[in-house]
Amino acid sequence: MSVLIYTEINKGRVKKASLESVNYGAKVAELLGTEAIAIVNNADAAQLEEIGKAGAKTILSLKNEKIGSDSMLISAAVEQAAKAHNAQVIIFAFDITGKAVAPRLSARLKAGLVAGAVDYPTVNGNALEVKKNVFSGKATAIYSIGSATKIIALLPNSFPVKSGDNQAKIIDWSADLDAIKPRIIVKEQKSNATGGMVPLPEAELVVSAGRGLKGPENWGIVEDLATALNATTACSRPVADMHWRPHHEHVGQTGVAIRPNLYIAIGISGAIQHLAGVNGSKTIVVINNDKEAPFFKSADYGIVGDAFSIVPKLTEAIKKFKANQN
Amino acid sequence: MKILVAISNVPDTTTKIQFSDGDTKFNSAGVTYVINPYDEWYALVRALELKEANLAEKVTIIHVGLADSEATIRKGLALGADDAVRIDGEGPDAFFVAAQIASYASANGYDMVLVGKETINYNGSSVGGMIAGLMDLPYVSLATKLDVSGNKATIEHDMDGGTQVVECELPMVVSCAKGMAEQRIPNMRGIMAARTKPLAVVAATPTEALTGIVSYSLNAGRTTCKMIDESSIDELVNLLHTEAKVI
Ligand SMILES: Cc1cc2nc3c(=O)[nH]c(=O)nc-3n(C[C@H](O)[C@H](O)[C@H](O)COP(=O)(O)OP(=O)(O)OC[C@H]3O[C@@H](n4cnc5c(N)ncnc54)[C@H](O)[C@@H]3O)c2cc1C
Repeated sequence: MSVLIYTEINKGRVKKASLESVNYGAKVAELLGTEAIAIVNNADAAQLEEIGKAGAKTILSLKNEKIGSDSMLISAAVEQAAKAHNAQVIIFAFDITGKAVAPRLSARLKAGLVAGAVDYPTVNGNALEVKKNVFSGKATAIYSIGSATKIIALLPNSFPVKSGDNQAKIIDWSADLDAIKPRIIVKEQKSNATGGMVPLPEAELVVSAGRGLKGPENWGIVEDLATALNATTACSRPVADMHWRPHHEHVGQTGVAIRPNLYIAIGISGAIQHLAGVNGSKTIVVINNDKEAPFFKSADYGIVGDAFSIVPKLTEAIKKFKANQN
Repeated sequence: MKILVAISNVPDTTTKIQFSDGDTKFNSAGVTYVINPYDEWYALVRALELKEANLAEKVTIIHVGLADSEATIRKGLALGADDAVRIDGEGPDAFFVAAQIASYASANGYDMVLVGKETINYNGSSVGGMIAGLMDLPYVSLATKLDVSGNKATIEHDMDGGTQVVECELPMVVSCAKGMAEQRIPNMRGIMAARTKPLAVVAATPTEALTGIVSYSLNAGRTTCKMIDESSIDELVNLLHTEAKVI
């Protein structure tokens, strides 16, 4: 028996969401009295050590150039590992890879999937009960997984990453993928121009602005605040639709759903579809010149006033605070 | 080329969410239902565009659900789909839905199955990948552009920190996100035509339940917003540090 955790390397690092999955998987293994095994492709020694420190007792280390980002091949490799190590529970991050692979594996193994878990499971007989957000963050549902093999895809940023002094046993492992012909041919890769910021889904601090900023030429004050905080920038949908900001910054129901520790919303009215993508944030600050703006009802802190005068002041105050901390 | 577009029937985005039966069921009383926005704006509209460009012969919509979702299916027909299928059944989970669609698509020879990137009620992003797993087909998720030439699709889709352009031979399954097409409003002619377009009702295939929902609870909204005066911005920074502990 084991808990198998899918992890991956992106841009030279173990993905933060993968480390969260290892932490989570280690807890689930403890709960079930079994072993936490991570699987990773093309990791170097330092990366393997990091996965171990996050709590994996064993790491299945693959060196396979064929797998790439192909969900069919990733799914097949994890399926073989799950069978070889008799996995009761398989953990993914509910990120771009997890959304492509976990459902496929669920259908192949007839393993019930909870897509976007926000808490640790509880045991109820042979079933596991797991919470996840539903209705775009307006409610939570407790799902029960009754199948013999169970898959949990953990919503990123649900728990802070913890690193200990565990040393994993590394097993060089190979998946037999010869029979699978890759059917998806990658023609081109493009990186989002994030100017060195943490990518939005992983960001703990986010500064976001809306139509209240009046035009793309005014984003300097938003970027200055983001830089002072070391935060990532985001925007509301009309802002992306009007091409004031790139599409990958669009948060909300139709854009990216995020749950940073701090979300600062500037000149955003707080429409329900916008809230659907940000209401999981730990703390929300709203800056709006209309004291009736609906966003204040979903905020922790609010300032009523003109963004063009408040935001530069806030940037200065943050800089002063940071200077005093050093 | 024949395209099958899966549509889900979901509460409108502005719905006030409530539960019944001791918080074990979604309370649909008085709720307005719509086609799941991703299924409609992106998957269905793109399929229709491909047909209009003579790159697809037929666009069928498929819905797994009970008779009360027929108004939603008719809206899909009004937008321009050729015909529709309703698999008559309600399952406990995404796997049930995926199993029904996979079984219909396999039996009826579709070259492409399009789904929206997720539903706005269960937010699972699961049905497309499950269909692909059941049919052993390639799956491209979170696609923002989709073009077809002969039996090959070229797709741009989101990756971690960027995008990827891929090519794939049909048949395949694609989940569709923003960027792929623009929302359309059905016109009068479409609405009239939809009334007489074929809507087949097919019995559900028995499928094992892998998961089920035990109970629901509403997420507590934020109750009080602390208002801070523009003249005391330092106070906000202090609160973010000492009270919220986020900086
Ligand atoms: C199905 C559906 C899905 C949608 N998905 C999304 C989504 O994913 N994300 C999203 O964001 N929206 C989404 N929307 C759109 C959403 O309903 C709103 O229209 C949108 O969020 C409004 O953007 P905004 O707040 O930037 O603009 P507005 O609503 O125009 O608000 C601008 C705000 O700026 C304030 N303001 C103006 N000037 C100043 C100033 N000088 N200083 C300070 N404040 C100022 C105003 O008081 C106002 O509150 C969706 C809509 C639908 C129907």
